[in-house]
Amino acid sequence: MREIRYYEALIEAMSEEMHRDERVFLMGEDIGLFGGTFRATEGLMAEFGGRRVRDTPIAEAGIVGLAIGAALGGLRPVPELMTMNFAVVAMDQIINHAAKMRYMFGGQFDLPMTIRAPGGGGTQKAAQHSHSIESWFVNSPGIRVVIPSTPHDAKGLLKTSIRSDDVVLFVEHERLYSTKGPVPDETEDLLIPMGVADVKRAGSDVTIVAWSMMVLEAVKAAEILAGEGIEAEVLDPRTLDPFDWDALFASVARTRRLVVAEEGWRTLGVGAEIAARVQESLFHELDAPVQRVAAADVPTPYARNLELQALPDAADIVRAALKICT
Amino acid sequence: MIPVADQVRMYRQMLLIRRIEERIAECYGEGKIGGFTHLYIGQEAVAVGAIAALNRDDNVIDTYRDHGHFLARGGSSRALMAELFGRETGICKGKGGSMHLADAQHYFYGGTGIVGGSIPIAAGLGLASAYRDDDRITMAFFGDGATNQGVWHEGLNFAKIWNLPVIFVCENNFYGIGTDVRISSAFQEVHKKAAGYGIPGYQVNGMDVMEVRRRCEEVVRLVRGGAGPALIEATCYRYQGHSMTDPGRYRARAEEELWRKRDPIPRMAKLMLAEGTIEEAGLQQLEREIEEEVEDAVKFADESPEPSPEALFEDMYHERHPSDPHA
Repeated sequence: MREIRYYEALIEAMSEEMHRDERVFLMGEDIGLFGGTFRATEGLMAEFGGRRVRDTPIAEAGIVGLAIGAALGGLRPVPELMTMNFAVVAMDQIINHAAKMRYMFGGQFDLPMTIRAPGGGGTQKAAQHSHSIESWFVNSPGIRVVIPSTPHDAKGLLKTSIRSDDVVLFVEHERLYSTKGPVPDETEDLLIPMGVADVKRAGSDVTIVAWSMMVLEAVKAAEILAGEGIEAEVLDPRTLDPFDWDALFASVARTRRLVVAEEGWRTLGVGAEIAARVQESLFHELDAPVQRVAAADVPTPYARNLELQALPDAADIVRAALKICT
Repeated sequence: MIPVADQVRMYRQMLLIRRIEERIAECYGEGKIGGFTHLYIGQEAVAVGAIAALNRDDNVIDTYRDHGHFLARGGSSRALMAELFGRETGICKGKGGSMHLADAQHYFYGGTGIVGGSIPIAAGLGLASAYRDDDRITMAFFGDGATNQGVWHEGLNFAKIWNLPVIFVCENNFYGIGTDVRISSAFQEVHKKAAGYGIPGYQVNGMDVMEVRRRCEEVVRLVRGGAGPALIEATCYRYQGHSMTDPGRYRARAEEELWRKRDPIPRMAKLMLAEGTIEEAGLQQLEREIEEEVEDAVKFADESPEPSPEALFEDMYHERHPSDPHA
């Protein structure tokens, strides 16, 4: 199978869906002429023109609000927030409006919209540009949270998100854009359903559940652990809402040990919910306490050594696994 | 020239809003309605006059003081009252309440409890029309308080740069809850704020339904014709407190009395009587009809069932997944 980069997979997904459905359009800061800060919309303005690839003012709440209105009006907007950090600026539109309108209006309206935004740290962009805040959105009912780790999953899940009639937050990662992986060629209509986890590496001794960039760290960690005679299973939920609890519980029931690895802050992170649910459902199947690997609860610092210390990586995952496997 | 039948219809709508709001206040006092409830009494001419200038399939989006616009748009008084009572027959199945009335059938995209929150959404509805090049326009109602929110400015800017068919209607009742517009706003005359975005701004007497409608018809024609967005400021006054729990101590009695003399409903009755549009008997007949409609709505709401426990988990997503919350 051919290999393409993560950002190229996103471009393909958007291009295919825009060809398929006239109602799909893109809007965001510097996505058109500039091609996207992370090149994720490169070439699309040339292909589709300014009506369907719309450069916007720097006004994140406005961008999301316009997308909500366009979705209510029957279009299928795919707004891009330049980074997850700016989703914080648009939080009222995302949470108070997009996520709640369907329910609070008694199901009278669908909001088919996919908000794309890259999160993540590790590139010395410091406190305001290194957010992994997916847990905030998972905490809020009414919005799907899709967070793929590979070019293959990014393409298949973005296409599914754009076709969904619900509000989707599609979380990318700044350090994933240039990663490469196998993706079927464009003759295949690659669609991946939400709520279906994927085993990125099979193993029988411990389950590591991770998403986004941390899947890559988890796979690295699993290779190191294999050297110690420990076979780790790396499970990527790919979507945090909906969440494939069945797959996670089945894996943990076999391995009897669980490490959760996330790049977001530890306190009340998604890992906290996973650990809680696993102990509710599998308390007697567990051979050891669930381990959480996550970012230190500090604003991400700039200094390289401190940033590395704050953010979790493969070594942290290895340490957590060893703690419960020996 | 506004047709005679339309004049009577507008008068009837204003009176219905007035009477239903008065009845809502009673029901609130009886504990049948909960939460925040903001009455539209005093401002009826704005919703009625402005919406009368629209086509049936134009979009309307609103703020939290939304009972009047909902009714003026053609929403059912039964579905309104049942919503306020928290019943499954409510327009939003009892899940929205007073601040979140919406009515898909009438292209009414709801009240929002977040001041200014609807403004970029209004521009987005306009974008959908511009994108498809259809003939529809969007009208957004909001108060003077919304014009100090960041998203209000974002929404106007978007509407102008993309030439969207949106009419922003500010109901300037001079108070954001209890704070005088002179304290909160650099410009008290809201229509002047439009100039900052190169958008035409108009001021209209919001206590005169005929004037509101005439001016809105002119603006609707321009906007539908492709002139881009417009802002209309309707000066008006709410006779009650901000919400049911507000005794309104921040306003001078003399000021309130002055505005009560400008009441849009007797004003319209007087005009119609003077011009022979309607007789006194006709006005009394309307009063009786409306009293019946209001009582019917209350009875309907009272007798309607509460939402079922299963409803708690319904309507959140178009497509449900096994991990979604369920009963």
